[in-house]
Amino acid sequence: MNAPPKAIAGTSTFLDERLGAGSFLKRNLRKIFPDHWSFLLGEIALYSFIILLLTGTFLTFWFKPGMGHTTYLGSYAPLYGVQMSEAYASTLHITFDVRGGLLIRQMHHWAALLFVAGMMVHMLRVFFTGAYRKPRELNWLIGVLLLSLALVEGLTGYSLPDDLLSGAGLRITQGVALSIPIVGTYISFFLFGGEYPGHDVISRFYSLHILLIPGILLALISAHMILMWVQKHTQMPGKGRTESNVVGAPFYPAFMAKAGAFFLFTFGVIALLGTFAQINPVWLYGPYTPADISAGSQPDFYMGFLEGSLRLMPAWEFNLFGYTFAMSVLIPALVPLGIVMTGLALYPFLEQWVTGDRREHHVCDRPRNNPHRTAIGMAGITFYGVLWLLGANDEISSTFHISLYTTTILGRIAIFVGPAIAYFVAYRICIGLQRKDAEVLSHGVESGVIKRMPNGQYIEVHTPPAEDIAAHIRGKKEIPIIEGGVDGEEVPPKGLRSGVGRLRAKMSKAYGTDHVPFHEEEVEEHAAVGAGEHKQLH
Amino acid sequence: MIGTGISVKSTTARRRHPLARVAVVALALGLLGGGYALAAPNGSTADAAIASGKADDTAQGKSLFVAHCASCHGMNAEGTDKAPTLIGVGAAAVDFQVSSGRMPMGDAGPQALRKPRPEWATDEAISQLAAYVQSLGGGPTIPTADQVDPAQGDPAKGGELFRANCIQCHNFTGSGGALTYGKHAPTLNPATPTEIYEAMITGPQAMPVFNDTTISPEQKRDMIAYITHVRKQVDPGGSGLMRIGPVTEGLVAWIAGIGLLSLAAIWITAKRRRVKA
Repeated sequence: MNAPPKAIAGTSTFLDERLGAGSFLKRNLRKIFPDHWSFLLGEIALYSFIILLLTGTFLTFWFKPGMGHTTYLGSYAPLYGVQMSEAYASTLHITFDVRGGLLIRQMHHWAALLFVAGMMVHMLRVFFTGAYRKPRELNWLIGVLLLSLALVEGLTGYSLPDDLLSGAGLRITQGVALSIPIVGTYISFFLFGGEYPGHDVISRFYSLHILLIPGILLALISAHMILMWVQKHTQMPGKGRTESNVVGAPFYPAFMAKAGAFFLFTFGVIALLGTFAQINPVWLYGPYTPADISAGSQPDFYMGFLEGSLRLMPAWEFNLFGYTFAMSVLIPALVPLGIVMTGLALYPFLEQWVTGDRREHHVCDRPRNNPHRTAIGMAGITFYGVLWLLGANDEISSTFHISLYTTTILGRIAIFVGPAIAYFVAYRICIGLQRKDAEVLSHGVESGVIKRMPNGQYIEVHTPPAEDIAAHIRGKKEIPIIEGGVDGEEVPPKGLRSGVGRLRAKMSKAYGTDHVPFHEEEVEEHAAVGAGEHKQLH
Repeated sequence: MIGTGISVKSTTARRRHPLARVAVVALALGLLGGGYALAAPNGSTADAAIASGKADDTAQGKSLFVAHCASCHGMNAEGTDKAPTLIGVGAAAVDFQVSSGRMPMGDAGPQALRKPRPEWATDEAISQLAAYVQSLGGGPTIPTADQVDPAQGDPAKGGELFRANCIQCHNFTGSGGALTYGKHAPTLNPATPTEIYEAMITGPQAMPVFNDTTISPEQKRDMIAYITHVRKQVDPGGSGLMRIGPVTEGLVAWIAGIGLLSLAAIWITAKRRRVKA
């Protein structure tokens, strides 16, 4: 083998002696990443964030974050000569008079939607596979924080153009601030620098949107990645996969190529959407004036669930000690957000408390193998989904010709009944799938070969499942149950005597009980019989 | 005949004249041809004729009314328990409702919907019907072609009025929106400039009336200029996604965006490195 050219060898030695880069790379380039398509979902968010930084920087070159009055004299005729703010005028300038401006603006907005959507699907993957369990609870918390910040980043972002739609969102934001008892008016005056809308809010949101929140996002994303790197990636159960190894491809070259390709895919999809699908056409909305409001004013999708909860809420308010408590705004603004975000943040710890499980987990659960967790997740999705859907109830009403009030009333029922139904259905589906798994292990797979026996009987030959599928199914792990206190025979342990303790023991039993245990002996027996095994047709 | 100064006898004699038939046919053809020449090529002349409620149009209109409208609105347009009186609604209301196919109403829903016109409802028939209803008690008349000409309006001024007065029901781009009790504000895209003007001055269905003191005729023309300009605009950013804002955008982000990227993820990870045995 030839020695490397002097230019390369010299430079790398120089760097190596000063940075210790060689040993670092040697250790980390061979890091193994497991292969499963759902492990790439988080990368949608990561790459969208990179595209957001790049396109966002481009937009800052022309955007003027001011609320000073100006007259539009640009090339969009239906707004020529109209009075508007500098922010809106500069957005129109980017859209119609900067080369490539509209494309970059649209890519920025689509990337923002995919950033949040990517985080959501990634989070659902982590939730349903139990990948948040010890030792990854802190990374899960960072993820919840990232999602919450992304919502704020989105809100400040789509408020910046100062068009009529974003103004509607800003007005609701102010309404929420006002609804906070006692301090509401102070918060509103502080945020807007005086009476709504004032002259400050756009430039304040601009600082938050391009400096503070992206900075925190970047720091948290880095922490998220470093933790993931240090703790190693989880893997789905399968052949040869244990709690102490990772089966997959090394970072260099295989995973790097895949990740690079996936970045290009993300970029491609965002460019495709930015080119062919119009998003946030601010020129159609017109400049913001507090007096105007349009039908079909919805926020971006990730704020839709808050819009929906506001639309569902009955008009409840009362006066106390001379203060108005506007529950019709306060409850929909804070309660669903609180349920969703707090629920997400606490779930790993609640689960540990219920199961008493302090072990480390590096092999994921298949969603069916923890039916209660899956059912709780589906109930949460339904709760969120009903609110989200009802955020668009006027569009649903006018598109499908359903009375507007009917959608509201159905929504008020569905928000309570829907999650319960979803819980039950998801639970039953999980148990059903587990039974199917058990059957595959104990009876094998239908081969499609029909045999006629000498006595005239027909049977279908069943073959044992493929080795990797069987290993995947056998990856099911028991969920621990905390000991004692349940059957009432013995004195319960110390922590479980109180009411809360008894409830904990009860929940633990419900959460952990395996209703479909595999009969491994039977599987052994079948494996011994081998390919000629037959099973009677029912 | 009584009071005309012409004796019945002489009229009868003229009727029996050998050339009478020819004369009557010639007169009928002349009226038809002349009327057509007056009405057809230039809408404004016809509009003016209707506005003044020309007698024979009124008579024709009445027979159309009796045939197609009277079963609900009453024999003399006095209204029934099924439908309101039409006395005083004006020619503009008739032209709006019938030309957009809303009347005659198909089935009783929360509101009358735009649909293809019935065969009898030609432009001429509508103008006769409008003349008849106008003759009953006046009311807003059909605007002239000048009044609704988008080319003479200022779309920028119209846009401001449009945003202040229309979009809370009809949406930013006139795509329509929901109202209470199953009603909805329809999309403005299929409406002609004349229909838009007439809707403003007559306030059909759930819509309020925007009379000339609220919004002057010039301002109405500006609004028509804005509406027609924006609706024929080619969306510069690609597909307009129904122009209803973030709802369809969110659907596209999830279905097309996350869908395509999930497929890409499945495709990328489907190719595994062969593990050496």
